Amino acid sequence: MNEQTNSQHPDKSRETAPPFWQMQGITKRYGGVLALENVDFACERGAIHAVLGENGAGKSTLIKIAAGVVAPTEGKMMLESREVVFTSPQEANAAGIVCIFQELSLMPDLSVADNICMTSPPGRWGFINHRAQRRRAEALLAQVGCEDVNPLELVKNLPLSRRQMVEIAKALGRDPRMLILDEATSALTAADVGKVYDILRDLRRDGLAILYISHRMHEIEELADTCSVFRNGHHIETFAKGTHSDNEIVRLMIGREYTQIYPAKPAHPEPPAPALSVRDLSWGNRLKDISLSVGKGEIVGLGGLDGQGQRELLLALFGVLRGVSGSVEVDGKAARLSSPEQAKSKNIRMALIPEDRKSEGLLLPMSVRDNISMASIGRFTKGIFIDRESQNARVDEMVERLSIKAGDNELPVGTLSGGNQQKVVIAKWLMTEARIILLNDPTRGIDVGTKQEIYQLLRDLADAGAAILFYTTDYDELIGCCDRVSIMYDGGIMRELQGEAINEENIVASSLNISLDKQSSDGEPRP
Amino acid sequence: MKNMKLRISQSQGLLIAITVFVLMFTLYITNHPAGLTVPVATTAANKAVLLALVAMAQTLPVLTGGLDLSVGMIFILTNCLASTIVSGDPLQTAFGIVVVLLVGALAGFVNGAIVVYGRLQPIITTLATGAVYYGIALLIRPVPGGEVQEDLADFMTYTVFDVIPTSLLLLLAVVLIIWLPFRNSVVGRGCYAVGSAEGAAYMSGVSIDRSKLAAYTLSGLLAGVAGLMLTFVTFSGEASASIGGTYTLNSIAAVVIGGTSLYGGAGGAIGSIFGAFILRTIDDLLFVFDLPPLWQPLFQGVVLLSAVSLGAARVFRIKNRLELFN
Repeated sequence: MNEQTNSQHPDKSRETAPPFWQMQGITKRYGGVLALENVDFACERGAIHAVLGENGAGKSTLIKIAAGVVAPTEGKMMLESREVVFTSPQEANAAGIVCIFQELSLMPDLSVADNICMTSPPGRWGFINHRAQRRRAEALLAQVGCEDVNPLELVKNLPLSRRQMVEIAKALGRDPRMLILDEATSALTAADVGKVYDILRDLRRDGLAILYISHRMHEIEELADTCSVFRNGHHIETFAKGTHSDNEIVRLMIGREYTQIYPAKPAHPEPPAPALSVRDLSWGNRLKDISLSVGKGEIVGLGGLDGQGQRELLLALFGVLRGVSGSVEVDGKAARLSSPEQAKSKNIRMALIPEDRKSEGLLLPMSVRDNISMASIGRFTKGIFIDRESQNARVDEMVERLSIKAGDNELPVGTLSGGNQQKVVIAKWLMTEARIILLNDPTRGIDVGTKQEIYQLLRDLADAGAAILFYTTDYDELIGCCDRVSIMYDGGIMRELQGEAINEENIVASSLNISLDKQSSDGEPRP
Repeated sequence: MKNMKLRISQSQGLLIAITVFVLMFTLYITNHPAGLTVPVATTAANKAVLLALVAMAQTLPVLTGGLDLSVGMIFILTNCLASTIVSGDPLQTAFGIVVVLLVGALAGFVNGAIVVYGRLQPIITTLATGAVYYGIALLIRPVPGGEVQEDLADFMTYTVFDVIPTSLLLLLAVVLIIWLPFRNSVVGRGCYAVGSAEGAAYMSGVSIDRSKLAAYTLSGLLAGVAGLMLTFVTFSGEASASIGGTYTLNSIAAVVIGGTSLYGGAGGAIGSIFGAFILRTIDDLLFVFDLPPLWQPLFQGVVLLSAVSLGAARVFRIKNRLELFN
């Protein structure tokens, strides 16, 4: 396969010419957070360039800048040595840069043909020639091997895998000179993935520059000519495929400082009695036969790359999803979880601390006090009225325990800092005296100090007997905080790690669905 | 064949509206003492076309995911304006008509500009501008009255060749000259795209601002056509808040009955026309069956509720309950 790649690689004479696409000194700041810092990046025509990195390494920001979705804070971009500035995706498209985003850019109520020919439909004087549009859509669908999709069908009636192929057809319809794929194969069937590979190789032969973001090592193995590794907003290294082993790549992706900010883990001589145990939980094709248990006093981490089903698993346990199969036991007794109300009821006492605190966790215009007591308001009643006194006493106690810095508990929660807002969400669920606590990436976008307080709090809760299931995208937290870790991949649990085995190498490798031990012994890439 | 099936399933809402209207109208005609005569049809058409035009005007903002509470007031404003300037010799009359339509379009454009550039919610924007337009209408015509070129008014409210109501031809012309070209234009499809998924439309390089502006401006123009027609029907102008309010609310009902989604992105003005026809026929049915006209709101409500329930059936297919709230 290596020879094949080399023969397809552009001739060496071009190497001295300036690169086709260049980004120089790119920095991107979101508020106080540095997403990219002084990044130089370049890619060539006729090559597939893979971009690798952990969650939050800056890959997405990089391609959003290239595709005109966000503007860089600093730095410049050059296309064929000419400086370009994009203020919208439209302008990037006009320059020949087309991006296939992870969150699809299709309009569900419109037909496939309408979607594919959205911006530049055939026709004249601003009117659309529907017949020509249908033929063009048919041709593009055929090019991606989707003859079975009727161009007149509405996109919302297509399964996710077909939609992703329509997205690819749509991108090809814009005659890109540089094509960016962000996890474009994540929802595809195996047969479709093969087709996409063939298309990408054809496009490479036609001289397109292709930027490819994927978390699947074997895809990179199969497709890429060049790889670039990103970490913490920095461009670490770019190298030709085959010059680094998988082990070395994983190390490049991790290699960051490890700070000791976690409370000590208690020794569990024997596994504690499970408070929550799940068997063969499935939901559509998003969750597959998940079995796991969380013991009393235990913190179990959920790891893996973004979007492998972790969020859905927590929602399923909390009774938000419909049509979930499998069994859930709480304290050894079968539990039916069909609504959040039931999940937080007296005999289950479960709490879910949601990921998006602004939309699912808080009522921003309402006061800190009202937010904290929202989920347990039923406890503070005198007849049908709210007993202000006992409510206030408990709220004050919570504010003190979590050291929420609000100034006044009557202030709207929207005026607090991100870290304090997150504490309010946690306080709200602690008030319900939950025994089973599900956390969905609770430390995202929070400063280190607050993070540390949250870790200590989780450990205290566990020591007091709570069972905690903790999903985080930060590997450090899995290692530092969790007694056991389950890594999810593609809707299933890929691997369970315990004790010493919870380390970065294992977590990253399992997240990417590759086995390191095997790799280092025989050096063969695994599918 | 397969495409035919698809097209039918995609215009379900429209087809249901047409069927319901045909059934209701047949029931009306067969029970009418005179049967289907030209005067009966003309009277029915003149009343229905007014609401149909306002409902078409409402459809465009709704398609983009908005709502226009000012269509009824633009309708009243242009009515009052027409009762002062659409008269005199043919040239003056023609000039008056052009001015009335331009004022309608301008009112719509102002709505659009505030929504697009001011980034305000359409519902509150148009509630406010609607009050402003009504205020202007009152200034133009503090008391009911005025006049309109009589020959033209007669022609527009009677028949062509003694068989076809002229008002229906006007409606057909509006569909052919304004709606269908718009539907098939890049800007028009942009409106559907914006209503369906604004973020995806932006990512796809749709010019969102232009589409929304066009939708509100055309909406104003259509309301202006309706205001003009109202002047021909009543031979005068009247700044009546209750007429404006009733037309606004009925236009929203007609849009929904016609199969356009209030979430935006799906449906069309043809459906709204039939939605308006259905609402109007309810009146007529009460009349021929000798039921008290006071029952009209009740029947309208029942029809509207059934139409909305059909659209809400999607809720049963949702697997993630959080999506219910989006």
